Amino acid sequence: MTTEQTNKNPLIAKNEWFIILAAVVLPFIFHFSPYIQGLLIFIMIWTVLGSSWNLLAGFTGLVSFGHAAYFGVGAYVGGLLYFHFHISPWWGLLLGGPVAVLFGYLLGLMVFRLRGPYFALGTLASAEILRIVFGQEEWLTNGHNGILYITTWVSKYPYYFVGLAIALGSVLTIKLVMRSKAGFYFLSIREDEDAAEALGIDTKLYKNIATIISTFWAGTAGAFYMIYMGFIDPEVVFALHNISIITILVGIIGGVGTIWGPTVGAVIMVLVQELFRSAFFDLAPSWVSRMHELAFGLLVIFVILYLAGGVVGDWDIIRKRLHFKRAEIKE
Amino acid sequence: MSIITLDNVTKNFGGLTAVDHVSFEVQEGEIFGLIGPNGSGKTTTFNLINHYFQVSSGKIIFKGQEITDKKTFEIARLGVGRTFQVVKPLKRLTVEDNIVAASFARESSFNGARNVAREMISFCHLEEVAHQKAGGLPIAGRKRLEIARALATRPSLLLLDETAAGLNPSELDEAIDIIKNIRSKLGITIVIVEHIMKVIMSISDRIHAIAHGATIAEGSPAEVAKNPTVIEAYLGSDYNMERFLNA
Repeated sequence: MTTEQTNKNPLIAKNEWFIILAAVVLPFIFHFSPYIQGLLIFIMIWTVLGSSWNLLAGFTGLVSFGHAAYFGVGAYVGGLLYFHFHISPWWGLLLGGPVAVLFGYLLGLMVFRLRGPYFALGTLASAEILRIVFGQEEWLTNGHNGILYITTWVSKYPYYFVGLAIALGSVLTIKLVMRSKAGFYFLSIREDEDAAEALGIDTKLYKNIATIISTFWAGTAGAFYMIYMGFIDPEVVFALHNISIITILVGIIGGVGTIWGPTVGAVIMVLVQELFRSAFFDLAPSWVSRMHELAFGLLVIFVILYLAGGVVGDWDIIRKRLHFKRAEIKE
Repeated sequence: MSIITLDNVTKNFGGLTAVDHVSFEVQEGEIFGLIGPNGSGKTTTFNLINHYFQVSSGKIIFKGQEITDKKTFEIARLGVGRTFQVVKPLKRLTVEDNIVAASFARESSFNGARNVAREMISFCHLEEVAHQKAGGLPIAGRKRLEIARALATRPSLLLLDETAAGLNPSELDEAIDIIKNIRSKLGITIVIVEHIMKVIMSISDRIHAIAHGATIAEGSPAEVAKNPTVIEAYLGSDYNMERFLNA
């Protein structure tokens, strides 16, 4: 956060309005193919998950390696309602967030006793515990058979707009919080917990507030995933590598501790993954499609080495490089 | 009226007694010096007042209220500000944002907090570096940031822990001016830990000397400087303090 971001600035800046407007209007003008819509919906889901992680790790300094825990719980709230009571999983969209918050609080009782790398390992373990429990307790969760639900709409457009609303909701609430007293307190805790206490900051309380907001959006993302995909099983929604780790990488590539970083990270991650998965739309030999994880890994290494602030955090550096190259060409 | 009272405060770390039955009373409006050789327990005393450490026995009373068992942030809210000997800037925030974060202790709106922050920036002469990242400041700037940040929480008592250490002579004069202004312009009572005799002797009203955690003297700067026990604790048994001070 820079000092230029004062409360005099509107919550949504001009160029941000432009992007939001484009996201709302463009689907009406151009007919996106279901394939493109699907990609866009995944960008939304990763934006929510990445932003949620970023509030905790990027702004408050609590690096979670187990965001799949809250994502999975959010997904299973709607799933279990449907599986046991035949209630629409759409209720999960309302309840997924709050229930994830509850789980976050319970897990927090354990992991908040830990600091630094131990906190990260504690969160990682809690997500793994949930994955195993949800896989084993078949009476409750139908175990590894998962939960299947016939999705409400065939068209992806409605999901696109629901996803867009959730993504905007998450990014904008976080932006709003980061301009307030709570936001400054989160940053103080990230920078130095002892100094924060000396400034009269109840660090325990504010860590909990950050966790509540973060787990709420992670749970909501999970609930939306359930409604959209129509199928969940523990290995998918509680996955360490496919959810928890990718969430972190989305944050790192986009920019840890920046408002729009996770959104940019989500776009890059989904595009890179799709380019490789489809072997550059079948233009490249088919073995390329097996390389998407490798490609993404290399991208992360590149970002950590050369753009430690992520694409958004180091945007000034990127822009200077681009300008420099353009000037060279002119000569 | 006494603003803070330490009553037989003791801190044991295992078998080591770092602070041993220390008692003192600071009057409102005073500048109270706390001196002692390295490892005598000065910073530990501050850490006990702020409750970074739990007191082993004894009582700490701030404005008539016992704060011995209160949490660190609660003590800060009650009005005890402090700076750290090993400075703790919020490195990746700008200087102004560091102080804004502190101002939120008494202000709820951003604009209110920023106004307080700007006041403190000019009070501590940080205008030129206000928009720099705090992590990039040289030591003199960091020390002044510590003071500005503590002041932004609007304390009635300020604990200064070696804010003059590592400064060059001109920076030192500036620091002394700031400390004097804290009392004269903001009306804040100060307890100061300092090794630099020029600072402590010139600004303190009263001085409390400790060695090995226990009180060895208390009185005006002149009285304490002449006290044979203090001279012995600092310099060994055979030294002329007057000569040391005038050197």
